[in-house]
Amino acid sequence: MKGCVKFMSKYDEYEVIMGLEVHAELSTKTKIYCGCSTEFGADPNTHCCPICTGMPGVLPVLNKKVVEYAVKMGLATNCEIAKFSKQDRKNYFYPDLPKAYQTSQYDLPLCEHGYVEFMVGDTLKRVGITRIHIEEDAGKLIHDPYTGDTLVDFNRCGVPLIEIVSEPDIHSADEAIGYMQTLKSILEYLEICDCKMQEGSLRCDVNLSVRKKGETKFGTRTETKNLNSFKAIARSIEFEIKRQIDELEAGGEIYQETRRWDDDKGIGYAMRSKEDAHDYRYFPEPDLAPIVLSDEYVNNLKVNLPEMPVARKTRYINEFNLPEYDAEQITNSKYMADFFEKATAVCNNPKLVSNWIMSDISRILNEQEITITEAKFTAEQLGELISLIEKNVISSAIAKKVFEDMAVSGKNPKVIVEEKGLVQVTDEGAIREIVQKVLELNPQSVEDYLAGKEKAMGFLVGQTMKESRGKANPGIVNKLLKEELEKLK
Amino acid sequence: MKITEQEVRHIASLARLRLSDDEVEKLGEELGQIKEFVETLNEVDVSSVDATAYILDKQNVLREDELKPSFDRELILKNAPAKEAGCISVPKVVE
Ligand SMILES: [Zn+2]
Repeated sequence: MKGCVKFMSKYDEYEVIMGLEVHAELSTKTKIYCGCSTEFGADPNTHCCPICTGMPGVLPVLNKKVVEYAVKMGLATNCEIAKFSKQDRKNYFYPDLPKAYQTSQYDLPLCEHGYVEFMVGDTLKRVGITRIHIEEDAGKLIHDPYTGDTLVDFNRCGVPLIEIVSEPDIHSADEAIGYMQTLKSILEYLEICDCKMQEGSLRCDVNLSVRKKGETKFGTRTETKNLNSFKAIARSIEFEIKRQIDELEAGGEIYQETRRWDDDKGIGYAMRSKEDAHDYRYFPEPDLAPIVLSDEYVNNLKVNLPEMPVARKTRYINEFNLPEYDAEQITNSKYMADFFEKATAVCNNPKLVSNWIMSDISRILNEQEITITEAKFTAEQLGELISLIEKNVISSAIAKKVFEDMAVSGKNPKVIVEEKGLVQVTDEGAIREIVQKVLELNPQSVEDYLAGKEKAMGFLVGQTMKESRGKANPGIVNKLLKEELEKLK
Repeated sequence: MKITEQEVRHIASLARLRLSDDEVEKLGEELGQIKEFVETLNEVDVSSVDATAYILDKQNVLREDELKPSFDRELILKNAPAKEAGCISVPKVVE
């Protein structure tokens, strides 16, 4: 909660309580109860069959991988895995749900009582996980601007989801973002969700209430649904905190309601009110048999879990001597951590690879608004670039220019260096000529230096580098400048 | 034991059914009778039987994650009263 909320006193008198419900689409090949494809972006209604469109008389059969992926997520978030679990029908009418019920889990979810830990600033934060259950996604509704009608695409119907429900342990937008980031990286490391938030494969609902500090009773909570970017999560939370406090301060009341966030306009608004509250009439799904998991099955998944973000971070600190902050930033994303390791394998200099990731690479990705998997350059190319610096083929300053080119063209660094003639000059004769010329052109600086002003040296080095168009080896420039100045004493 | 008018209207609205006043009256009686009939189950002594949510002797009915061909779109949309651009067209849904 940075910004305006912080320094206004009335907001400081309140405590914020949030729980998140995170939906993650599992990256199985097929849907949860039928063999239709889960691929994103197909023509409308081409990934459909009688099962996922809710035709009468069909028999759904649970996808094995869905159970496996959900249990893996439970294990990675310190949950207890249920030995006996069942599925239930959650009944409601809406055009995106052809069966008129969503198959979900009600009282016996696959995973319960877990937690995740992560850093918020300098503090270790723990958020409890109430439960993780499996369920099916609904279809997509598209507004038809010509007729004003709603068009229904059932391709997403039956795509497997896990819903991860947190305890009400989250007290600020920063904590919510940290929690979401942590879940995202665990899902990525497990390779069970592609986490493409813009495509809706990872999204969250925020339950939020406020109360005066010191009070023990919870305030009335609202639920803001379907937030699908980190920015939207943070902004909608800050909006809702302010709205609830303003409302209470003005003597108003908070209604238990479902809200939606409009990220373009930066405002949230109520969708359904309490009067219209859902009555889901859950009942056990008679078409699906119970899920019974043996200790052997669960243990087998447990011992085969891949290295998790926290373990990888610790390894980077110990094995590569990376600062904790850098190790944390890099291992947050599995793809960035993989990139780091591939580049390090090429140049064998983890510290330099880390520095590049933390500075130039992060900046370029931000500027281009892409993730590392979408970048034009590869990890191997970065490794080669760093090798070129280490072998004194190019200077660090030139390397930065080569990188700018790589980020746009995707060309190999060696090719760029050759094409642009950027090979570093290490020939002392050539550099000495430039040094002599610079000293001639800058008599005032020479005089200053000889009078004991060390600062003038920096200026003269800069001028020499500039004159060589950045190609002179800085070590040699320093050495020769000192020699030439010595002669003038 | 009649189901109250309020209960009938609530169930009808959850099921998206529009009922006339006569139908509400009639359904209240009929639903009451059905409920009463089901309640005869309460007379059975089940103290020696474990509760269950699933009556068949089956568990872990699972399938491999293998692609099967989906249906032809025309076939899927055959039952839809209105179609547009490969989708089912429904009256505007306001959220
Ligand atoms: Zn299907």
